[in-house]
Amino acid sequence: MKLLVVDDSHFIRNRISRAVAVHKIDSVITAPNGMEALRLFQKEEPDLVTMDITMPGLDGIACTSAMVRLNPKVLILVVSAVADKATAIRALKQGANGFLLKPFSDEEINDSLTELLRGGGHG
Amino acid sequence: MDEQDIQVLIDGTVHYFHRSLDKTAAVGTPYLIEDKQRISSDYTGVIGISGVRKGSVYFTAPSAMLRHILMTHGESQIDSDFMADVVGEVANTISGNARKVFGQEFIISVPTVFAGKPDYTRFRFSDRSFVIPIHWRQYHAALVVSID
Repeated sequence: MKLLVVDDSHFIRNRISRAVAVHKIDSVITAPNGMEALRLFQKEEPDLVTMDITMPGLDGIACTSAMVRLNPKVLILVVSAVADKATAIRALKQGANGFLLKPFSDEEINDSLTELLRGGGHG
Repeated sequence: MDEQDIQVLIDGTVHYFHRSLDKTAAVGTPYLIEDKQRISSDYTGVIGISGVRKGSVYFTAPSAMLRHILMTHGESQIDSDFMADVVGEVANTISGNARKVFGQEFIISVPTVFAGKPDYTRFRFSDRSFVIPIHWRQYHAALVVSID
């Protein structure tokens, strides 16, 4: 399985890439913004995505919506510092499958991705 | 901002450092700076606040502390770009977490980061800013909250 990590922070992209220890994930690619994420999404066809919300240009919610339109089966975990309920609900309504709040531990990112794989996508 | 609002950001700062680093990170007694007083260390990440509240939140830290944070997280690329990235991420995470209490009308910008002396003229500040000192190991940093 292929994971696409989308975050404008290089530090966070590296952290998630290093932390991922879900045995089904054998390849990780990264994008620093929404536009690059969409380009890679179409080119690389990842099965899973971790998505930041606050990014310059295309934000994570719009990017989630675009990805789900392109591939309704993709699994998207929003990983964001934005902690209000309304934003989480908006992300889920746009097609995200889960929400992990920053700051997170390595264990939490792996647990969330494992949970996502167990739960399935939009079908 | 009143005392309760500041407490939200103090709690958020403690939460961030305890979750990201370890429980030895401590927050000192917050204090006020007035008028155009600004503080800065080697790297600074500024978040603009808009919506129902207006102003800025910034995190400023010495490079030695940021290097140590990067090493703690297993980062091998420890350079100026990454240190700037970390100050932005800290400011963004603490501000973003505050929306749990302040709600979605507490609108945060993407971080603007500075190495060296920040250009604060580009941001809106309140007449009074609260400085939340942060101590971790031998390092001293600060989160500054300047919101109307």
